[in-house]
Amino acid sequence: MMPVPDLIPALPELFLAVAAMVLMMVGVFRADRTSAVVSWLAVLALIVDLVLINRGPLARTVTFNGMFVTEQFAIFMKSLIVVGSAVSIVMARQYNERNRVDRFEFPILILFATIGMQAMVSANDLISLYIGLELQSLSLYVLAAFKRDTVRSTEAGLKYFVLGALSSGMLLFGASLIYGFAGSTNFDQLAKVLSSEAGLGSIGLIIGVVFLSVGLAFKCSAVPFHMWTPDVYEGAPTPVTGFFAVAPKIAALSLFLRVMIEPFGHLVHQWQQIIWAISLASMVLGAYAAISQSNIKRLMAYSSIGHVGYALIGLAAGSAEGVRGVMVYLAVYLVMNLGAFSVILCMERRGESVEEISDLAGLSKSQPMTAAALAIFMFSMAGVPPLAGFVPKFIVFMAAVHAGLIWLAVLGILASVVGCYYYIRVVKLMYFDTPAEALDPTAGGNAVRFVTAVTAVIILLFILIPGPLLATAEAAAASLFQG
Amino acid sequence: MEIGLAHYLIVAALLFTLGIFGIFLNRRNVIIILMSIELMLLAVNINFVAFSSFLGDLTGQVFAMFVLTVAAAEAAIGLAILVVYFRNRGTIAVEDINLMRG
Repeated sequence: MMPVPDLIPALPELFLAVAAMVLMMVGVFRADRTSAVVSWLAVLALIVDLVLINRGPLARTVTFNGMFVTEQFAIFMKSLIVVGSAVSIVMARQYNERNRVDRFEFPILILFATIGMQAMVSANDLISLYIGLELQSLSLYVLAAFKRDTVRSTEAGLKYFVLGALSSGMLLFGASLIYGFAGSTNFDQLAKVLSSEAGLGSIGLIIGVVFLSVGLAFKCSAVPFHMWTPDVYEGAPTPVTGFFAVAPKIAALSLFLRVMIEPFGHLVHQWQQIIWAISLASMVLGAYAAISQSNIKRLMAYSSIGHVGYALIGLAAGSAEGVRGVMVYLAVYLVMNLGAFSVILCMERRGESVEEISDLAGLSKSQPMTAAALAIFMFSMAGVPPLAGFVPKFIVFMAAVHAGLIWLAVLGILASVVGCYYYIRVVKLMYFDTPAEALDPTAGGNAVRFVTAVTAVIILLFILIPGPLLATAEAAAASLFQG
Repeated sequence: MEIGLAHYLIVAALLFTLGIFGIFLNRRNVIIILMSIELMLLAVNINFVAFSSFLGDLTGQVFAMFVLTVAAAEAAIGLAILVVYFRNRGTIAVEDINLMRG
């Protein structure tokens, strides 16, 4: 008989899985107002999950026959993901009620997606990578189509499903080639095989790695595999778009980091060129394609493509400094995006949601605080110092320069100058254009307004106390390289 | 003629390519896209089982079982989304899925 594996390192995932299933039962068997109860219980479960994650072992621990790994890197990334999921559930409450999509499945799907994302971050084997990725993706397909009586939402779900399944296929094909040519699916084994001369020379293995990185680039919507992003972001219900923009992106990028650094760290010279190219393409496309957008959710989609490009600079550097840059980037990105989407959720006129950028015209007259918060988020995304968005950009550019990727850094800075245009255009619309018909002043509800206020304060004051985040990220990045 | 690993890999690669072309070239029906996705996943399974057999290692076959399971779940969710889409739109022709573009 096989011994029972050590379950303690996987405690947060196990707890969350049980909690999600219990909540599903609560949702089925309670008759009235289930959605509110299940939502708040789901938030509570995520808070307990966050505590469990942070009480877990700090040192690198492998369990489930080498399938599952946890270390400081995983703790950092999982904490970001859980915060993103919990805030998304809170922000979705009022929108769901008003748009008659207030079903208890919504928080449960988010919980299942979160379990999948945590499994992705902790994957130490191609099998657990695939299972985590699919648990996340399958939940997200349903979430995109959650407003099931509208064409736009279901079309978004269908598009996301088709392209997501295509990318999973690519990723699997790569996984099969890697398994065949290296003889193992375990990341530690792969790293061992690749540390020898014979392993490095295998063409089949390199083709496998390329397919695998195509699949991962799809999941984090890096150019040239971004085409689903704008459509899905536009069509999906706004709280779902806000969720898509934060948690899954963080999970996909941390999986990308782990796969490239741990098992394929010895192939750095092969994959560095690929990451270099997709990073640059994402930054440039994110900057130029966003200029002509009129829908704010589409604008955020291109903005997120651009941000993925900047984050990938850190991976292209391939150093602990670069990984630390990516981690800080993702933490700040999480806060900026939650803030920006909390403002987008407040965009309502006569009880109807509006999504055009021009609807924001003159917002500074009717709602000066909201306008100021959105201006803070936009300037931060553009990377204007002294706001929070400047710090991680600076770190990844420095990492790129130290790794000898001077051109990537130069072109990235130029792309971010272009990107400033469309961020600052939003600010100009709010402060200097003739006011459009005023937006509802109380739309969104207290919870969403509270998120706006808190995130705006964090973005504004981050520069005063960046130390704790930078130090944690540094230790976490170092833990990834010890493996 | 001895049938070796290379033959299996070529068949799998051909089926995989066929699946990708099925997704991109088909302009008529979303059901065909679902079939193409299934074809891609099965091509991957051929790869896994062939490698597993030639390496004398069971991991590949375990992986193939997982892929089969996930493929079933994926097909169920895909068809469910397709049904809601059809209810709203009244068609599942690929060229009509164009409400959002940019």
